[in-house]
Amino acid sequence: MGMTISEKIIAAAANIDHAKAGDIHTVSIDRMMSNDGTTHLTIDMYNSMLKNPAIADKSKLVFIIDHNMPADSPKTAAAHKKIRDFAKTHEIAFYEGKGVCHQIMMEEYVRSGELIFGADSHTCTYGALGAFGTGVGNTDFLYAMVTGRSWVLVPETLLFHLSGSFREGVYPRDLILTIIGDIGAGGASYKTMEFTGSGAHAMSIGHRMALTNMAVEAGAKTGIFEPDEKAVEYLSAHGRQAKHLFKSDKNARYEKEYFYDLGKIEPVVARPDNIDDVVNVESVKDVKIDQAFIGSCNSGRIEDLRIAAEILKGQRIADHVRLLISPASNSVYQKALEEGLMGIFIDAGAMVVNSNCSVCWGSCQGVIGEGEVLISTGTRNFKGRAGHKESKVYLGSAATVAASAMAGKIVRAV
Amino acid sequence: MVIKGKIWILGDNIDTDIIIPTEYLAMKRIEEMKKYAFSPLRPELAELIAPGDIIVAGRNFGCGSSREQAPEIIKELKIGCVIAKSFARIFYRNAINNGLLLIEHSLIPDLISEGEYIAAVIGEYIEYKEAKYDLAPLPPNLMEIIEAGGLVAAMKNKNI
Repeated sequence: MGMTISEKIIAAAANIDHAKAGDIHTVSIDRMMSNDGTTHLTIDMYNSMLKNPAIADKSKLVFIIDHNMPADSPKTAAAHKKIRDFAKTHEIAFYEGKGVCHQIMMEEYVRSGELIFGADSHTCTYGALGAFGTGVGNTDFLYAMVTGRSWVLVPETLLFHLSGSFREGVYPRDLILTIIGDIGAGGASYKTMEFTGSGAHAMSIGHRMALTNMAVEAGAKTGIFEPDEKAVEYLSAHGRQAKHLFKSDKNARYEKEYFYDLGKIEPVVARPDNIDDVVNVESVKDVKIDQAFIGSCNSGRIEDLRIAAEILKGQRIADHVRLLISPASNSVYQKALEEGLMGIFIDAGAMVVNSNCSVCWGSCQGVIGEGEVLISTGTRNFKGRAGHKESKVYLGSAATVAASAMAGKIVRAV
Repeated sequence: MVIKGKIWILGDNIDTDIIIPTEYLAMKRIEEMKKYAFSPLRPELAELIAPGDIIVAGRNFGCGSSREQAPEIIKELKIGCVIAKSFARIFYRNAINNGLLLIEHSLIPDLISEGEYIAAVIGEYIEYKEAKYDLAPLPPNLMEIIEAGGLVAAMKNKNI
């Protein structure tokens, strides 16, 4: 029996010839990322709860402050200081104020074929380059940090065949929301979502990230694309090479296969408060909004900013709407400046904020109040996710968010 | 291992922002956070839960963020175990790593009523209103972590 990409990466990390879904293996972790969501807790445990604390391989670690960045209270400032000091003492790669952790990891570290742990649920993003990235909690992270290893259950794989091309005004963001609406918020629990076909290969790495990033919202362990020439080009442009260029074998076993014609995907939104409550934008077109957000590890890349700028160019957002835009990293920010996108946003009445988790994290920036409605390119629309528990979050593409900000209510871009 | 307690019922897709909303994560101690557990959905619940009580939920319990405060708070409320049709995978690992017992069971969540009592004999059966339902054992590597009281305790047992 052949192996899937996921099985091959886990077999390599376990130093064995063959792995199959359902096996539990001890693996070496190639890279580990932790952010300010929980790193301070990991450090407390490291310092106070172990008999012989030591880091297995500091070169594999990356700490990134992105969730409450810049600090919004003395409490978060203290947590940041703890992370900053620990990183310095232990010579761990450290970033703050440079962007959302997953975007930085993709720009600076991720290599095809690596097995990566991140103390953040959206670590599944790295599959856009054919790496196996998966989210863990801080105790799992601590264990991996001090031993270099962990255990994994080899996941079953769901294979998504993507064919055709999107119509005007439809984007990968609409596709992944549609898929989650179809299979449900637990539809890929414990599994890999693998994307293949001509529609997959045609996507830029940035667009692939919009798909793999949301895999966890269907419960998946990771989302992954076969690393092709676009992945190799991306790595090369960022000064890196693949670790392995694994492809799934022709006789690999898939639990289930799905077929999507991209030409049939419509612009959609996920309605509050469930990620799998996905409907055509038309069916919620009169919903009035108070705030709009373009950014996050899902859709804060240059591709998204270009889409938004095209819609907002020479236009104004509605008087009662606040539009916040946070590029996913400073390099995205720079690119947007060079391309003149920032001027378009400011002229349209948007607030351009620093590169961070921003509104999607719902704690330090652009928090919404009781009864308010947000439309966002963020990752989640859970009850209270963006602020008050009696507020509402709709999720849509950058195009839908930009067009809605102008209309003051949810509308289709095209 | 036998766990017996009063049932509190929650639905499908109980996410980590419901278990503990982001705004309370900056609190220093889990003890301070625990009264806000489940507050977006049932603000009164954390006060009503007594040690040993059992949460029974539907599909995909614990979906969302990797925040480990979620299982820690449930443990801090001294919940005996969580029974659900299924769990989100990061939450599942985090709960085991904190010594919080989870039981996946496809039938029980549809049979029970809030306020009634339920008992679980780990690896053997669940008893509810004098009927018994099969309960599969956990893999040995996970049971070892639970029995040690969590992953850090298990690490200490191995002199890490």
